[in-house]
Amino acid sequence: MQTKDKIKERLAGKIKDWKEVSARRIYLGINKEDIYGVVEILFKEIGLRFSTASGVDTPSGFEILYHFSFDQAGEFYSLRVLINDKKNPVIDSLTPLFAGAEWIEREIWEMLGINFKNHPNLKRLLLADDWPEGKYPLRSNHES
Amino acid sequence: MDLRLKALTKSIWVFHLSAGSCNNCDIETLDCFTPRFDVERFGIQLIGSVRHADVILITGAMNRKSVPRMKKIYAQAPKPCLIVACGICACSQHMFRDSYNVCEPLDKILPVDVYIPGCPPKPEAIISGIVKLLTKIRSKK
Amino acid sequence: MSHRVIVPIGPYHPLQEEPEFFQLYVEGEKVVDIDIIIGYNHRGIEKLAEGKHFDQIPFLVERICGICSSSHPYAYVLAVEDILGGESRIVPERALYIRTIVNELERIHSHLLWLGLAGHFIGYNTVWMWAWRYREPVLDCFEMITGNRNNYAMFKVGGIRRDIKEEDLPVIKKLLDELVPAVDMFKGAVMDDPVIQARLKGIGILTKKQAVDWCVVGPTARASGLNIDVRRDDPYGAYDRLDWNVIIEKEGDIFAKTIVRIMELYESVRIIRKCLDKMPAGAIDANIKDIPPGEGIGRVEAPRGECFHYVKSDGTNRPVRHKIRAPSYMNVASNKVAAVGGTISDATITLAAVDPCYCCTERVTVINRPDNHKIMNGWDLIKLSQEKTRKLRGVLLWKI
Repeated sequence: MQTKDKIKERLAGKIKDWKEVSARRIYLGINKEDIYGVVEILFKEIGLRFSTASGVDTPSGFEILYHFSFDQAGEFYSLRVLINDKKNPVIDSLTPLFAGAEWIEREIWEMLGINFKNHPNLKRLLLADDWPEGKYPLRSNHES
Repeated sequence: MDLRLKALTKSIWVFHLSAGSCNNCDIETLDCFTPRFDVERFGIQLIGSVRHADVILITGAMNRKSVPRMKKIYAQAPKPCLIVACGICACSQHMFRDSYNVCEPLDKILPVDVYIPGCPPKPEAIISGIVKLLTKIRSKK
Repeated sequence: MSHRVIVPIGPYHPLQEEPEFFQLYVEGEKVVDIDIIIGYNHRGIEKLAEGKHFDQIPFLVERICGICSSSHPYAYVLAVEDILGGESRIVPERALYIRTIVNELERIHSHLLWLGLAGHFIGYNTVWMWAWRYREPVLDCFEMITGNRNNYAMFKVGGIRRDIKEEDLPVIKKLLDELVPAVDMFKGAVMDDPVIQARLKGIGILTKKQAVDWCVVGPTARASGLNIDVRRDDPYGAYDRLDWNVIIEKEGDIFAKTIVRIMELYESVRIIRKCLDKMPAGAIDANIKDIPPGEGIGRVEAPRGECFHYVKSDGTNRPVRHKIRAPSYMNVASNKVAAVGGTISDATITLAAVDPCYCCTERVTVINRPDNHKIMNGWDLIKLSQEKTRKLRGVLLWKI
């Protein structure tokens, strides 16, 4: 069975939208509550490799894209979650699933202020220790 | 001028420090010690401890985390100690000067003796910069 | 025995000097834990990119890292071309071949650079000097093609900025012909020297399971048995039009990582030769003017692994978001398991084995000293490593 079909089958009900921009670029939207369960299936069962995650401040909330690679076919799956609550943004951490998520979640936390629940080591990664609290460089209201 | 300073021009010991660089300038500096350019035959050496340094070669765009460390290291260097700003990032911060994570330019923090612009400066340019530094020192009364 | 904390501070060799602090926790000679602190190179490039035009950004991202100076702009233009429908649809064929040649020449110079530094760390300064000596003609070749030894400014959305002239082709071919005997020499030196084997075999092992868990990429992953290479999996440039091999080793130790890099040098030479033969005449630029709204992803196999760029556009001439993830971001973090269990004298070579590009990872750190700790700086650790080689040489050569 093709991986795309396998993913659609295993994640049935959880996929809000599925967009195939090209043969090797697929974007799926899911609810933020489902992120841990979905990634567990993608990483452990289907064997996708986690590439990275990117967060962006949009008018409707914080959007995080989790990027996974299916190397055998060269397909790249990007999971889109939207966190509407900008005052208190929080989402489950993926670090308990695989260690490769630790650094990027710390970076998104310090750059956008999104809290990752159950992250074992949520502390600053790139910014200096004396960087002021509450100032998140990648938020749209932060000057360059 | 300081007799000590004139004496050190015979054999410069260089301490290299990166304050947030892309590494290009650092690699080109190291390149000066490889067989094609081989500055070691002039007595110029890269050393591991700033306490033996005659010249501190600084690269990088003055990252906020690196600058306090850089100041501490300069304080530890035995004076007279000359500073060379290697690369355009060290000279004027290049395209990073608007970034939220860089401080002021190097010459507002430490006294710079020679600027070597370039992105990265070729090894020939770095050697030329060091020669200008030596000429400057020797010609001072 | 109580923990002793060894804090490497101060100057490392430039490749590791971009402040990257590793705090090693040791018991006796053995490393029992490691803290990796980065952030000393963070220059806020992602935020800066939001304020620049699409055609200015290649110059910005080129300076993320001096060594993978073509991988980052390549991944960026691939991301923007992804928004436009994909590289193979837009970019003229000649440009695809030239992009591939630049990407592979960079791999050659980067692997030679690493070889030299690895040699230096274990005390073979001759290897360092010779590897960098053979690197110089590659940089001359870059200067001939692009105008600069580093920071090539070759990539633009829709093509490349400079063509390779006909009279330069024999010069490049001659360079490759002279490079192969040099790589033969390094390969022989590494494979045949019992001391190098004793220093590198079985050291700094990253198992396949750990490699998957830490999501490592590039030669670090391929040395642990993971069969991944963006050039083959998600082809770009001219890679799917050429015949070449992905190098995989199984042991996951530093020796395996060295072999992967050396054998990749041969493959790079092959790829460039084929590109030079097959490259058609024609245009090198598609003259793209506007970027429509959308999002795109570009991935390139940099010398250190998968380099990832994501660009989101809203139809204006600046990106809304530009996410950059360099390969060393994943690889350096894996040192947490690779360096633990080894000795302090193996620390430098283990940490260097992932070919860290800290500027790529934008990291740095320094650690404040608690009580009851010993301070060593990078040069001390390198000296320890070189000392171990001398002792091994004494023991092994005595046995021969």
